[in-house]
Amino acid sequence: MICLGIEGTAHSIGVGIITGVEGSCRILSNLIKTYQPEKGGIHPREAANHHALHIADLITDSVKTAGIDFSDIDLVSFSQGPGLGPCLRTAATAARALSLTLEKPLMGVNHCVAHLEIGRGTVRGCHDPVLLYVSGANTQVIAFAEGKYRVFGETLDVGIGNCLDKFGRTLGLGFPCGPKIEELAKKGTRYLALPYSIKGMDLAFSGLLTAAEAYVRQGKPLEDVCYSLQETTFAMLTEVTERAMAHTEKQEVLLGGGVASNRRLRDMVQTMARDRGARCFVPARDVCVDNGAMIAWLGCLMYTNGVRMSLDESLINQRFRTDMVEVSWRD
Amino acid sequence: MTKKILYRGAEAEIRLSEYMGKIVVQKQRVQKAYRIKEIDEQLIASRTKEEAKLIAEARSHGVSVPVLYDVDLVKGAITMEYLDGQRIKDILNKLDEAERKRICLKIGESIARLHNHDLIHGDITTSNMILLHDRVHFIDFGLGSKNTELEAKGVDLHVLMEAFASTHSKYSNCFEYVLEGYTKQFRGDASSVKEKIEEIVRRGRYR
Repeated sequence: MICLGIEGTAHSIGVGIITGVEGSCRILSNLIKTYQPEKGGIHPREAANHHALHIADLITDSVKTAGIDFSDIDLVSFSQGPGLGPCLRTAATAARALSLTLEKPLMGVNHCVAHLEIGRGTVRGCHDPVLLYVSGANTQVIAFAEGKYRVFGETLDVGIGNCLDKFGRTLGLGFPCGPKIEELAKKGTRYLALPYSIKGMDLAFSGLLTAAEAYVRQGKPLEDVCYSLQETTFAMLTEVTERAMAHTEKQEVLLGGGVASNRRLRDMVQTMARDRGARCFVPARDVCVDNGAMIAWLGCLMYTNGVRMSLDESLINQRFRTDMVEVSWRD
Repeated sequence: MTKKILYRGAEAEIRLSEYMGKIVVQKQRVQKAYRIKEIDEQLIASRTKEEAKLIAEARSHGVSVPVLYDVDLVKGAITMEYLDGQRIKDILNKLDEAERKRICLKIGESIARLHNHDLIHGDITTSNMILLHDRVHFIDFGLGSKNTELEAKGVDLHVLMEAFASTHSKYSNCFEYVLEGYTKQFRGDASSVKEKIEEIVRRGRYR
């Protein structure tokens, strides 16, 4: 089965084409275009305009890159949520139009679950992981338990990427700020104490964000503030992930989301996994960030396991929670 | 005697040990190589101290907790009574409905006793409760704190609500029974705590 997936939950519009080979995912193409705001954060409508501008060409280019014909496509899937309304609607509209034109079935999928499944589908040895999903909007620790993907810990306020972006904006760094903060942090030498806020398995970042901004105003070296910000937030993330692994008694950890590109975070999670005799998996960068291939792969999994979706059911859901998905494709 | 590891948690190792002729449990917080020393040392010392204080205070308010024998802040170790009972996590799904309700009511009453004195457990899950001599003992106050705010009580109960949803999802009324027991024993306004929990659920992402 060949499936084309359209991702458009936030700043990126992506079109990926995959095929399933003996239960794992082979990516034929995976093209992404990312909206870059001139200043500030993502403006949902402008991001949606960006997506609308590029989606048609992306679909054509993705089919061309995959070396297939439109008639080879068996299924069209799209990110149904969670995400920004205007962006989701743009991607969904494109998917519906393509599905109707090709007369091929349509499948809306959960974006967060797709991040986990693409890890299982493309990384050798990754079967039953605890996913630390860290992106701009999302910060969740997800694992499979009692028939569903359940959220064991998540942010109570902003996502970690959003926290880094907000902090970066006070420094005047451009979006996305994460990579720039990572560079500055490498030169940091002195740890400045920041609130370490874990509630059960949930996290809160807004307090330490305020504290970090206060350090900047006090004229503390930016390198030290960035270093302290990373060390504190990433230690919190790693701790919550380890708690979820202990609680679920799982031996694998998977990273996903844009912030998973950060070397320091990877090192921390890898060290944690090594020390508890577990394995750590990081997917390739192009499937770690928001992308169409993961949407295509989850759509393929669902369809081949009997899930069907009518046009009426394809309405987007901005608040589509991870644990709302019936997982029929796993035991 | 040899120190047998009973449980290796995310942040501490629980060993069976001996203290003045008694079989005891030693909770030893372990250094984490993934985080820098400044954060690690501070967390280990402050959590050990806070935990010991909370356990002592919980006992004084009639909540079943292990007896404390020794606290070592430098090593990050707490020596306490060995509770040879059953984890609520392991037995809750196996009980019949009436018994499950009885246990959940007890859990709620104990949480209320903690909250009556602004003691926040911080990690109320069924893995952190042990049934022994028909009493629900609370262990692991490692993420606990003293906090007078309504928010803290709401979050405390919300953690348990999520634990029920993830680990005992078949028995969706467990949390209602807990709240029933809580309401009976709580000296403040239990309905405002319940409203707070609902608010926390609503402001969670994508609700």
